[in-house]
Amino acid sequence: MPRVPAIETRNLRIGYTSRTGERIVHPDLNLKLFAGEVTALLGRNGAGKSTLLRTLCGLQPALSGTILIEGRLLGNYTPGELSAKVGIVLTEQTHAGGITVYELVSLGRYPHTGFFGTLGESDHEVIRLAIRSVGLSDKQERYVAELSDGERQKTFIAKTLAQECPIILLDEPTAFLDITSRIETMVTLRALAHRQHKAILLSTHDLDTALQLADRLWLQPAFDPATGEAGPMVCGTTEDLVADGSLSRFFGSDTLTFDPATRRLIARNEK
Amino acid sequence: MNRKKQHWIYASLGVAVVVLFFVGLVHGAVRIPLGDVIRILLGSYDGKEAWRHIVLESRLPQTVTALLAGGSLAVSGLMLQTLFKNPLAGPSILGISDGANLGVAIAMIYLGAASYLTTIIAALIGAAVVLLIILGFSRKVSSNVMLLIIGIMVGYLASSVISILNYHASADKVHQYVMWGMGDFSGVSLAKLPWMAGFSLAGLLGSLLLIKPLNALLLGESYAANLGIHVRRARVAILVCTGVLTAVVTAFCGPISFIGLAVPHIARLLLGSANHKHLLPVTLLTGSCIAQLCSILTVTPGSNTVLPLSAITPILGAPVIIYVIVNRKNLHYFN
Repeated sequence: MPRVPAIETRNLRIGYTSRTGERIVHPDLNLKLFAGEVTALLGRNGAGKSTLLRTLCGLQPALSGTILIEGRLLGNYTPGELSAKVGIVLTEQTHAGGITVYELVSLGRYPHTGFFGTLGESDHEVIRLAIRSVGLSDKQERYVAELSDGERQKTFIAKTLAQECPIILLDEPTAFLDITSRIETMVTLRALAHRQHKAILLSTHDLDTALQLADRLWLQPAFDPATGEAGPMVCGTTEDLVADGSLSRFFGSDTLTFDPATRRLIARNEK
Repeated sequence: MNRKKQHWIYASLGVAVVVLFFVGLVHGAVRIPLGDVIRILLGSYDGKEAWRHIVLESRLPQTVTALLAGGSLAVSGLMLQTLFKNPLAGPSILGISDGANLGVAIAMIYLGAASYLTTIIAALIGAAVVLLIILGFSRKVSSNVMLLIIGIMVGYLASSVISILNYHASADKVHQYVMWGMGDFSGVSLAKLPWMAGFSLAGLLGSLLLIKPLNALLLGESYAANLGIHVRRARVAILVCTGVLTAVVTAFCGPISFIGLAVPHIARLLLGSANHKHLLPVTLLTGSCIAQLCSILTVTPGSNTVLPLSAITPILGAPVIIYVIVNRKNLHYFN
């Protein structure tokens, strides 16, 4: 039986409109994101990973094409409905230092509460469970400002869990973390995808961790404004892309090569 | 958060409001005993007519005005600080008060505004124009510091237009405007009080309804949108409430600085939380208390002189701002 993708795009063109016209980031994306998997979005700086994520969750309009969220057009969701489907974790700076972990996670209940945001006992249960899922139960009364970067990242992940949305998009969730927190965060996300059947898409520059812990990779090529073209997004399971040389082609250059045996990028030896 | 501490804060602020209310009625150039004040309020007083007049026509409206104006300015300061993600935002800093001033100046000097309704509407229009300018720039300018500087510049522009207007106006009009510009809570008579109270309570009620979007905005606009908040609508609603609150206070009491900027910080320090569910009511009550305290301090017992309000508010406000900036521990409310 074919699975309905959590997110599907058809001929999606992403980018920005300005007075001078369109600035295309990618002209034609046909993607399928599935539940129960962690998908890592890899690409060079400026390839447009953030643009893609922001477009998929409706924060910025697509230039053209179709986005289906669980089989239904993105444009047909009300903001309230969409917020119960797709949760996001971004890199942007927040000003939430003066509230506690518990209070921040409880903001995730907003799509499910009324005008005043009053929380019922079932909401509190969801919040406690979300905090436990990311392993922060003993820190739930701490101020967000007192947390380490890794703990703050987990708090925001818990917020998306409190949203009870089947799809979670994360923009470089491991960017400012040390190696331990990077792996911990990825393990947490993997557990959420596999145990709670979430569809998780995260952008990252951390190739090592992505290759170890992501089920699927999307390799986003940069758009070349000179030719007006961009290569297609390369999608596949991590194993396939390592085996069929896609990673070598994607990352390989005059100075770099991808070594499938060690799964690392290495500098080409000068000969 | 500590529930017991919260109850304690609400209780003490409630008591403080009541105590300051009565101090305001008792305290003044003429000392009127508390017993007589209460009898006057209850209508069972049959002593000196002058005393009854002082309490009902002067001190009662001044006290109620101070309580409402303080709460209004403090709440609008809080909403602006959250909206602009800037601890130094406030109605007087962003030029909103200056806009209201300009509106009043135009009304007083050119329209010969005798009616207080005209004054309110003029102040409201002035505040709205500045708000729209800042809102317009906030789409183009991403840095909040830049936005703050634009606000300050707009404030200067408004002030200079006021100066030019004054230069060309007749002496008595200028005098009227200057007296208004000193800022005080005593300008509201018992007859005008319902207008002041009506607008101010409407603005405060509106802001109490905005607690949910305000909390979401702590996370920034993208997160707020992802939580299903209609960000543009929320932004407009917050600015409208702020505009009404600032304009009504400015129209009736003149420009009052520092309360809008300083009180939200005092409230955060008291409460130890940036959660608007409690921060907003606590800011409201703290603003009322501090404004009433300032109002009491402007009157020296036994003399007929009254200090201008703007001479008192910075004495209370400035040390708080310096403390917040110097003590880095408190800065975490904004990180």
